[in-house]
Amino acid sequence: MTVTTTPPKAITPFRRFVEDFAEKRLAVAGLFVFVALVLAAIFAPWITPQNPYDLTQIDFMDGRLAPGSSGATMTFWLGTDDQGRDLLSGIFYGLRTSLSVGAISTVIALVIGGSLGLIGAYFGGKVDTIIMRIADLQLSFPAILIALILVSALGQGIDKIIIALVAVQWAYYARTIRSTALVERRKEYIEAATCLAISHRRIVFKHLMPNCTPPLIVVGTVQVAHAISLEATLSFLGIGVPITEPSLGLLIKNGFDYMLSGDYWVSFYPGLALLITIVSINLVGDQLRDVLNPRLQK
Amino acid sequence: MSSSSPTLQVENLQTQFFTKAGVVTAVDDVSFTVNRGEVLGLVGESGSGKTVTGFSILGLVDHPGKVTGGKILFNGEDLTTYSENQYRAIRGSRISMVFQDPMMTLNPVLRVDTQMVEAIRAHEKISKADALVRARDALGQVGIPSPDERLKSYPHQFSGGMRQRVAFAIALLNKPDLIIADEPTTALDVTIQAQILFETQKLCRETGTSLVWITHDLTVVAGLADNICVMYAGKVVETGKIDDVLDDPKHPYTEGLIGSVPSRNKRGQPLTQIPGMTPSLLNLPKGCPFQKRCQYAAPQCEVSPKITKCEDGRLVRCHRVEEAMAHA
Amino acid sequence: MPDQNELKPVLQLQNLTKKFVKPLDFAGKIAQKLGSNLRDEVVHAVDNVSLTVNKGEVVSLVGESGCGKSTLGRMVAGILPQTSGDIFYEGQNVANQSSEDARRTALKIQMIFQDPFASLNPRLRVKDILGEAPLYHKLVSSSGLDAYLDDVMLRCGLDPDFKQRYPHQFSGGQRQRIGIARALAVQPDFIVCDEAVAALDVSIQAQVLNLFMQLRAELDLTYLFISHDLGVVEHISDRIVIMYLGRVVETADTDELFSRANHPYTQALLREIPRLETRHSDFTPIEGEIPSPLDPPNGCHFHPRCPFATDRCRTEIPTLKEISPGHHSACHLNESN
Repeated sequence: MTVTTTPPKAITPFRRFVEDFAEKRLAVAGLFVFVALVLAAIFAPWITPQNPYDLTQIDFMDGRLAPGSSGATMTFWLGTDDQGRDLLSGIFYGLRTSLSVGAISTVIALVIGGSLGLIGAYFGGKVDTIIMRIADLQLSFPAILIALILVSALGQGIDKIIIALVAVQWAYYARTIRSTALVERRKEYIEAATCLAISHRRIVFKHLMPNCTPPLIVVGTVQVAHAISLEATLSFLGIGVPITEPSLGLLIKNGFDYMLSGDYWVSFYPGLALLITIVSINLVGDQLRDVLNPRLQK
Repeated sequence: MSSSSPTLQVENLQTQFFTKAGVVTAVDDVSFTVNRGEVLGLVGESGSGKTVTGFSILGLVDHPGKVTGGKILFNGEDLTTYSENQYRAIRGSRISMVFQDPMMTLNPVLRVDTQMVEAIRAHEKISKADALVRARDALGQVGIPSPDERLKSYPHQFSGGMRQRVAFAIALLNKPDLIIADEPTTALDVTIQAQILFETQKLCRETGTSLVWITHDLTVVAGLADNICVMYAGKVVETGKIDDVLDDPKHPYTEGLIGSVPSRNKRGQPLTQIPGMTPSLLNLPKGCPFQKRCQYAAPQCEVSPKITKCEDGRLVRCHRVEEAMAHA
Repeated sequence: MPDQNELKPVLQLQNLTKKFVKPLDFAGKIAQKLGSNLRDEVVHAVDNVSLTVNKGEVVSLVGESGCGKSTLGRMVAGILPQTSGDIFYEGQNVANQSSEDARRTALKIQMIFQDPFASLNPRLRVKDILGEAPLYHKLVSSSGLDAYLDDVMLRCGLDPDFKQRYPHQFSGGQRQRIGIARALAVQPDFIVCDEAVAALDVSIQAQVLNLFMQLRAELDLTYLFISHDLGVVEHISDRIVIMYLGRVVETADTDELFSRANHPYTQALLREIPRLETRHSDFTPIEGEIPSPLDPPNGCHFHPRCPFATDRCRTEIPTLKEISPGHHSACHLNESN
């Protein structure tokens, strides 16, 4: 006896997600801006008028020109810094560093923190306690303090910054995934998998994990912005990325000395770029959170 | 038994939801009457529209839903014309609702006495002390032992059955004319359900409160209700006195529903089953919504059937019954 | 219904107990050492239960919240380990088997769950939900999987085209069928149904119950049917086991139980099930609440609500005794003669 009615075509969860996401225009705008920034960062060497870190291309005489002024070879749309480097190009290159440091550290922290949280939630008991207490310890210190300590101990360099950022962030992911995993773990489809004599490893990675990732995606997205601003802070304090690969934070620092003497643009435009980056990421993250919230789904 | 004007008279009620996927008519041309002190069982399965009907009566239908047609006459007044303020004045005092989950009524961070006193004083100028006495009496009325101690407790300190009783007590606080109960005992154990049914029945008899009991469980309705109204896919398919309908169902859906109840089948034999599933409200067939599952379906069913009134006073929406009446 | 002469026990539970312990936290331990009365919170979810199910039978486990029937079902299905006691399947103690045998036994006993929405992994397509275990346990090759699943799905009343869909695209009744198909895909002999129809509409419930009965006949299955709905239980069971707060209080063949219920709890339960036939009834419920499993009454758990309780009931735990062939009851009143 076959049931008479047929359900509609297979609607993958992904397509549903895309449709829900697109409901909020602001978020879509944020997404576009963010994608534009990412593309600008990736293609920086090809689209910028000048490579500000190629010493042959800069002229000291072009130093501290106001936005819109023309120098010998080109127009500086956003002005120049004290070395004569075009700020627009500098921002694009700075975006490269900021975004890549932010993204790489987030991804690594996500993998480490996510795995630890998942393992703790699934096995419970002592394993869970140990992992969570370490995470608590970590989270009770201000992020900037931990980053400062690590960077002082490890020295400067982009890889050291990334290590510091990972160390600061993993605990968020562990906590986030753990709370979802604790709920999912009790659900009957996990019990069914146990009943079907499927191995623990398979249950954790094939059944539990995919259902715990939505909150991670939300936290991860917003954390990218957090990582970027943390890195900017470190760079601003002078212990972040080296001058050879400046990020937006370092650019802001460079121009800081000139802020009060009227050459605001050296700090202002990198700051604006940082702001736009973070805001667009947060808009996307907000909508992701609403869309992926199971309680808001019908 | 029934006084001059009925407590509740729903006439041709229509409630629609305007969703992205289309317009869903969750309640379509629904009519029934509840007189003073009577209990009406509103019966249907998921997707029948019974809960939305209850919410429509109370003005609790949220966007994207709206009551789009018909009248709800409560003590003569048409509630469909009421503003939110007017509704607020009668909700909790003249009409109350009890939900399936008592935590929809009870605030988990407030003590029970606080909540009950608040519910009383929202509608009446009365001192806290007097309100407390009324609250205490209400708890006693629903059979909660040691009400004085219980008043000082928080909802989480009660068991599920107790919480539901407190929810009923709150519904009764201001002596409403009508209570709408939406599957209140579905999640409770049999013995606790029996207790609540007992208390509710006693109270309705004593106070003359009318009751609309929404459920999918025919057996509960059998013992409690005076009249029954069966809904399918948003429409009323049969309504009449409980004995008439349960002993001699006229609509094929009612017949199938009663037949599915295990006690109506011979032990060991397959249960009578209604084939297929409730159609999606976005995709209703033309004409009678039950035709694809109906054993008596005929070409005429592609036209929507009208309500027929039978000799015993019941109303049925079915061509077959209409024909039988015409030939009678 | 198996022939009485050919009763072969397929599942035997002996003194099965499950305790859930919530140990005192650090502060609590200190307080305890300082002399306060704090103790670990212990819930005796299942308390010393012994039970036999014969091949081909449908045995129903009935009780209200806190009676332990779901916990018992999960121990039988291998989802929860027991605290003490033994489970014998086809004569073998499940705990002492080699890992290969244990795996085979685990596949023989399958479970169907109550919540059609939580019991399917929302991120997997139906073909993966159904096909994962058979492939994993090499019951079928990947080339033969499609045909194998088609067969199982048709048996459960599902259109094989549904393989590509996701759970959210199905109704409650269809999802329950998918859950049944998932269990059948590993070729079990014994199925534990944990309130498998409780969340379904009455008309769908009838369809699914009929499916259960049909599968039992076709595949020679044995069922442990857990339910609180005595109406359903009366219709499909051969034998009924009544539980209250972790203990078995009565067990008998269906007809015997419904006509000659012995234990006061069973009698109350039967009296209180609402039936279609009783109208404008004056419900006569028993008093009192089900006690919290954290703090059950001494002696017979039911004595605070029992209209016939004696002093002995308040102190001594009654044991299950045979009061007539095949009919056991745990009540002191049976011995007063």
